[in-house]
Amino acid sequence: MTLQLVCPAGTPAALRASVDAGADAVYCGFRDETNARNFPGLNFTPAELAAGIAYAHARAAQVYVAVNTFARAGAAGAWRSAIDTAARLGADAVILADIGLLDYAARVHPTLRRHLSVQAGASHAEAIAFYVREFGVRRVVLPRVLTVGEIAALNRDIGVETEVFAFGGMCPMAEGRCAISSFATGESPNLSGACSPARHVRYERRGATMVVRVGEFAIDSVAAGAPAGYPTICKGRFAAQGRTLHLFEEPVSLNAADILPALARAGVSAIKIEGRQRGRAYVAAVVRNFRAMLDALDRGGEAGAAARALQSLAEGGAETEGAYRRGWR
Amino acid sequence: MTAALVLGPIPFNWPAEKWRDYHFRIADEADVDCVHVGEVVCAKRAPFVAPYLPDAMARLAAAGKEVVISTPALVGGERDAAALRELIADGGLLIEANDIGAARLLAGRDHAIGPLVNVYNEDTLAFLAARGAVRVCLPAELPAASLAAIAAAAPATVALETVVFGRLPLAISARCFHARAHGLHKDGCRYVCADDPDGLEVETVEGRPFLAVNGPQTLSHTFADMAGEMHALAECGIRRFRLGPHDCDMVAVAAVYRGVAAGSLAPDEAGARLRALLPGRAFANGFVHAVAGHRAVRAALQLAD
Repeated sequence: MTLQLVCPAGTPAALRASVDAGADAVYCGFRDETNARNFPGLNFTPAELAAGIAYAHARAAQVYVAVNTFARAGAAGAWRSAIDTAARLGADAVILADIGLLDYAARVHPTLRRHLSVQAGASHAEAIAFYVREFGVRRVVLPRVLTVGEIAALNRDIGVETEVFAFGGMCPMAEGRCAISSFATGESPNLSGACSPARHVRYERRGATMVVRVGEFAIDSVAAGAPAGYPTICKGRFAAQGRTLHLFEEPVSLNAADILPALARAGVSAIKIEGRQRGRAYVAAVVRNFRAMLDALDRGGEAGAAARALQSLAEGGAETEGAYRRGWR
Repeated sequence: MTAALVLGPIPFNWPAEKWRDYHFRIADEADVDCVHVGEVVCAKRAPFVAPYLPDAMARLAAAGKEVVISTPALVGGERDAAALRELIADGGLLIEANDIGAARLLAGRDHAIGPLVNVYNEDTLAFLAARGAVRVCLPAELPAASLAAIAAAAPATVALETVVFGRLPLAISARCFHARAHGLHKDGCRYVCADDPDGLEVETVEGRPFLAVNGPQTLSHTFADMAGEMHALAECGIRRFRLGPHDCDMVAVAAVYRGVAAGSLAPDEAGARLRALLPGRAFANGFVHAVAGHRAVRAALQLAD
C-alpha cells in the first residue's frame, strides 16, 4: 500500500513542519484571493514560496501550489500570474479548479503538472474525463461526496491518479458549489477564497450563553466558555421541522485513519490532510502520526498508537468518516 | 427589451399529478418562451413524474414553448453516471448540463449550461462555447460587474441567462438534509421532501428565517426578485431571464416579469404585484449588487468593479 501523504502548508513555518514530520508533498497558496484559504496571516509571497520549494526539494518532498478559486470576470490577471509564478519557481504541480485557468495553464505551461482541485467538484467518470482530456490533468482531488465503494469503482474507470481527504475540516456540501457563505456575508470560497470569513464572525455574550453570528445570522448559541470549533455556517445549529439541530453537519472533523487500507485498495494514490489555517504544532502532530501509520501499514503492521493519537487532534474531539460511509447520507 | 422568459425545472418534490397539471397550465396559459423539465435535485424522485413527462412535454411543445431537459446537479456513483448517459443519448431536444460531466457528453452538439456549473469568467465561457454551449445561465452569486464583464466578452453564438425570480440554489450535497431534519437517512428517506412544496424552512437559533432545504439541496430563504435589474442586465447583454418555479401562481408571476421586460410594468409595480402573489415571502437581490445575497437593495446596479 503506498499512499502519498499530502500535507498543508498555510505558512512557511507550517511547510517546514510538514516536511520535517514526513510529508511526501505539501500544498500551499499565495497571499491573495487566488486560493481557497485566503485568510489573514496565511499563505506565501513568491519569495517565501521559492524558499519553501528549496527546503522541500532538499528533503525529497514536493510542493503543490493551489490556485483554486475561480478567476474574477474581467480580472484573470492575478490568477494567471499566480500560475506563472508557481511555474517559474519550480512548483511540482498547480492545483486548479477554474476551466479558464486550466486552459491557460495547459496552453502556457504544458510541462507544469496540473491537479484538479476538490473545488472543481468532479464526482464521476464523465466529469473527470472532461478535465483529463481537455487539460491533461494528472490527478483529481475527489469531492467528499463518494463512498469508498464508489471511489473504487471510479478508479477502475478513469486513467488518472486520485487524491482524497483523510483528515481535518470537512464540507457537508459538494465543494466548489456552495454559495451559503456569500448569501450570508457577501463572501464565499468561489468569490473570495474564504468560507464564513473571520471578519464576518461575531461572538455576543448573553448572560451564560454565547451567540455565534456569521453576518447577521446566529449560527449557534453555546454555553459561554465552552470549547467550539471555527464557526463555519454549515456546522451551526438551526431550527427546522420543529427542532433545533445540526441540520447540515455536526462540528466534527474528518478522520479516515481507520480506512487507509480500504482507500489504498480502492486505488487511491494520495491522501490529503486539510488544515492550511492550522498552527505549526497541530500540523506537525497530524503529519507525524499519519506518517507513522502509513509506514506501519506498508510494513504490514497495525496503525495502533498513531491512530489513537490522531483522535485527540480532531476538532472538538468529535470525528467522522463522512461520506466515505454510506450511512452518512 | 427583447428578452426570452424561461421557466426553470421544478426543483421540488411535488406530487406527480400536481407536477403534470402545473406543466399543462403553463403550456396553456403562461407567457413564457421556454420551459425546462428534468429532475435536477434528487434521482430518487425521477420515477414518479416519468409517466407524465411525455404528455407534459408534448403539451408544452404544442403550445409553442421550447422544451429543454435539465440534467442532475450532482452525479455521484456509476449508477447516476449511467442514467446521465442515457438521458443525454435520448433525444433531439436541447439539453442543459448542470455538471461538467454532462457538458462533456454534450460537446460537439448545441447545448445549454445551467446555473450550477461554475462559469465565473469569460475564459470559461469561451471554452464551453467552443464546444457547443449556445446558452449559459450564470451562477446565482455573481455580481453585476462579473455578469457585465462576461457578457462583454461573450461569443455571439452564446445567449446569456440569469435567474431573476425564486429561491436561489445555494448548495448541493450527497447528504439529504430533509431526511436528516426528520431524523432519517437518505436511503430510508420516506420522501419527506414531498411535505414542503417550496422547501423546508430553516431558521436560526434566534428564530430568524435563513435558508430552505429541499432534499440534498440548500436554497435561500428569500426569493430572488430582480425585476428592478432586468433592464440594466439586458443592456449589458443578458438576453434570457429565468424564473424558478414555486408553489404559487406561476402564470401570474411570469406575467409580471413579461410586463417588466416589455416595458409595460414599472419595476416598483412589479414588486408590489409579486408581494401580493406571495404574501409573507421575503425578497432579495443582494448577489447582483455585490453584497450578501439575502439583502434587498434599492439602487442602480454597479456594472464595473
